[in-house]
Amino acid sequence: MAIEQFPIEAGHVLMFARAIGDPNPIYADADVAAASEVGVIPAPPTFVTASAQFDPDYPLRPKPGQPWFGSGREATGAKPTVPSGGKSEDGGGGGTSLHAEQHYEYHRPLVVGDVLHARGSKGETWEKQGRSGTLKFTELITEYLDQNDEVVITARTVAVLTEGPK
Amino acid sequence: MSISAASLKVGDSKEQLLVDDLTRTQIVMYAGASGDYNPLHSDEKFAREVAGYPGIFAHGMLTMGMTGRVVTDWFDVGRITKYGVRFVRQVWPGATLTATAVVDAIREEDGVQYADVSITTVDAEGTTVLTGTATARLDP
Repeated sequence: MAIEQFPIEAGHVLMFARAIGDPNPIYADADVAAASEVGVIPAPPTFVTASAQFDPDYPLRPKPGQPWFGSGREATGAKPTVPSGGKSEDGGGGGTSLHAEQHYEYHRPLVVGDVLHARGSKGETWEKQGRSGTLKFTELITEYLDQNDEVVITARTVAVLTEGPK
Repeated sequence: MSISAASLKVGDSKEQLLVDDLTRTQIVMYAGASGDYNPLHSDEKFAREVAGYPGIFAHGMLTMGMTGRVVTDWFDVGRITKYGVRFVRQVWPGATLTATAVVDAIREEDGVQYADVSITTVDAEGTTVLTGTATARLDP
């Protein structure tokens, strides 16, 4: 995994909390956070998914000068790419690879000021027969480590590759 | 805000309205905040014409993120030690979602009390869109 520096920043936590519709002031107000048990603005439980912003090669972000599989003048200008080995939230397979499961284990609270890096490894793969054909499941384990090289969060992502939209 | 093991019992539950009439704009906000710009979640033309869906739908991770409130409001975000979900159904614009968490077990591990909860998020018709579990550390 190519995430070498993922700084946990207050503005990013605020944006993320707004996006998930969580009005808890602990994500927005440093004074509220200071009075809490953790003492610092914490990251919401699913925040490390936003590490995608710090992955230079993340395939589900358009990059200047490179083909993008979403629409501009036409419905598509490029073949979708399915990420492999890297971060695979939602798969990016243009409607064929979907996020099936997501699991997080928190070794301590993640807070503003932490600087993470991530290392990913492939987990298991398996197949199941679904209504519309064979479903192929792949698992990705990602460890998010802090500035002291200690694991803060262990994430397990399960993606499913279907033969077509449901 | 932390919860003591003594004040909690198996079967206790909390319900949380997560969103009423999910907007396309909120899905775009989530794309921007999370960095997941998969056009399936913001690009109607792509979702319909290329991917073959009826339209765009929410990131599974948006539903997981919204659902997290049912445990962070209850137990405090700093007390959550595990949170995992299965994405059961796609969530479309206009959805109204409600999450329910139920205490399945209260247990001690290495002298520390934990609550294990199961979580279900349903839409306005009562159809389950997400199921999950979480563990929270409790006060004695």
